[in-house]
Amino acid sequence: MTVLLLAEHDTAAIADATLRALAAARQIGSEVHVLVAGSGAGAVADAAARLDGVARVLLADSENYDQMLAEPVAALLASLADGYDAIVAASTAVGKSVMPRVAALLDVMQVSDVVAVDGPKTFKRPIYAGNAIQTVTSSDATIVATIRTAGFQAAGEGGSAVVEAVSGPEPAALSEFVENFTVTSDRPELTSARVVVSGGRALGSAEAFERLLTPLADALGAAIGASRAAVDAGYAPNTCQVGQTGKIVAPDLYIAAGISGAIQHLAGMKDAKVIVAINSDADAPIFQLADFGLVADIFTALPELTAALEARAR
Amino acid sequence: MKIIVPIKRVVDPSIRISVKADGSGVDTSNLKMSINPFDEVAVEEALRLREVGTASEIVVVSIGPAKAEETLRHALAMGPDRALHIETDEMPEPLGIAKLLRAVIADEAPDLVILGKQAIDDDSNQTGQMLAALLGWGQATFASKLGIEGGNAVVTREVDGGLQTIRVGLPAIVTTDLRLNTPRYASLPNIMKARKKPLDKRPLAAFGLDTRPRLTVLKTEAPVTRTAGVKLASVTELVERLGRAGII
Ligand SMILES: Cc1cc2nc3c(=O)[nH]c(=O)nc-3n(C[C@H](O)[C@H](O)[C@H](O)COP(=O)(O)OP(=O)(O)OC[C@H]3O[C@@H](n4cnc5c(N)ncnc54)[C@H](O)[C@@H]3O)c2cc1C
Repeated sequence: MTVLLLAEHDTAAIADATLRALAAARQIGSEVHVLVAGSGAGAVADAAARLDGVARVLLADSENYDQMLAEPVAALLASLADGYDAIVAASTAVGKSVMPRVAALLDVMQVSDVVAVDGPKTFKRPIYAGNAIQTVTSSDATIVATIRTAGFQAAGEGGSAVVEAVSGPEPAALSEFVENFTVTSDRPELTSARVVVSGGRALGSAEAFERLLTPLADALGAAIGASRAAVDAGYAPNTCQVGQTGKIVAPDLYIAAGISGAIQHLAGMKDAKVIVAINSDADAPIFQLADFGLVADIFTALPELTAALEARAR
Repeated sequence: MKIIVPIKRVVDPSIRISVKADGSGVDTSNLKMSINPFDEVAVEEALRLREVGTASEIVVVSIGPAKAEETLRHALAMGPDRALHIETDEMPEPLGIAKLLRAVIADEAPDLVILGKQAIDDDSNQTGQMLAALLGWGQATFASKLGIEGGNAVVTREVDGGLQTIRVGLPAIVTTDLRLNTPRYASLPNIMKARKKPLDKRPLAAFGLDTRPRLTVLKTEAPVTRTAGVKLASVTELVERLGRAGII
């Protein structure tokens, strides 16, 4: 079994999601190749070649792939598919856009959001916002799958693969990049952070969200998350949304502040090791799965918690 | 401009489903069913494009059992012009759905197809992208803003790092994120009117396509459930417990 893994990168480093998807790829097949696409990505290809368990790196050095638009990247992957038993990517915005397109070009059914690899063609995946787990086996000649990365450990270094240049078909001009609005932060990345502090509708404003959650996240070295209600209301950017339609996190510690615990929110965080809920309503559903619950007003409890953590650190 | 909006009937998002004890699947009998929320957003977006004069005709399509007609009527009550119901009791996988939709599109020749980014039952997030590939069209997934400028759809997409705007030549596929709009409620008169709107029915077999599943579900299990822990009396106690557990 040879597996082709689509890498995501920013031309400087490989995304953590890809490192985790590599762990899944290695469980699917004994030989893993990594495709690095984009102009000026030579350093990323070299870094991919040093990853433990990578047998070969394919470098498609072309501006066509700079924004990872689905049409050219899918055409590239489909053109390389021959000789691979499986083609996989992390379940990121890029992976989710590109891979179903690859699957359709190859006339195969994609397996979305793999959480466990049971065999080369048999996988576990969540349905109904994670309220059921299906085990599926594919009858297709080529497996196309996206990997839900939260449950896989990032691969480390230890390999010395060869880097080989490849090229894809000249893309049809179907779509064109206009601009990116990137939310930058010097905090840990939400999907790989060890601690996540999330705020809900109860924060009431962008100002309060910032004022109450930022110092707490600083004290814990945490990433900041949010419920959909908080994002919809403009308290936090869309990049912070945790849940069925947002990001999936599995940190060591997840603090839900003023979040009720709707099914769709739980879908994104219920695999956290320890869950803390702070909510003024003792009957809020979030308490049904919180390890530590605090029935309290967040406007007093959060500053108190921040102060206590800061005092402890001194 | 003609817009097609495919919609799926799913278990209502407010319902917590349960898994059958024998592992054979999810028990959906007697549950409240609704239009997939993302698809409702897609219908709303099409209506807004018609209201500003960009779109002239909106057709909703659903593939599913007899009861999918209710879902199509619900959508029609929001405002689309007509509906197509492809009847089947065996729900095809996204690849099969995409093939059926390609056949519908060959007939209807729309300029734009707006789909929900995912269905909240199987959470596959595939159909729009697959349909775009089969048609050789451009795609804009996870749209939170959509405008039509000349022969292009200008779409702002929700991506992991923030927002990305792309321009896609028409005809194109757009898939919706929930923040694209807030769907309207159908008024009672519109619900009455929707009963008389044209709703064409065709059996899946009439398409002569192979939509047999490629994936076999071996079993369906309940996830590992968490149980409620302890409620603590104070922030001090919380910090102490977290410290004792070695988390902070
Ligand atoms: C298709 C679909 C997909 C969705 N996807 C997602 C998703 O990905 N992520 C997501 O989060 N949601 C998602 N949702 C929305 C979800 O159903 C809930 O509406 C949302 O999670 C609610 O956010 P919330 O808990 O912040 O707000 P609410 O449910 O309004 O809860 C606010 C909580 O704050 C508490 N509170 C109020 N004031 C205080 C105070 N002063 N101190 C302490 N506590 C206080 C209240 O008791 C309440 O429990 C989705 C919904 C649908 C239909």
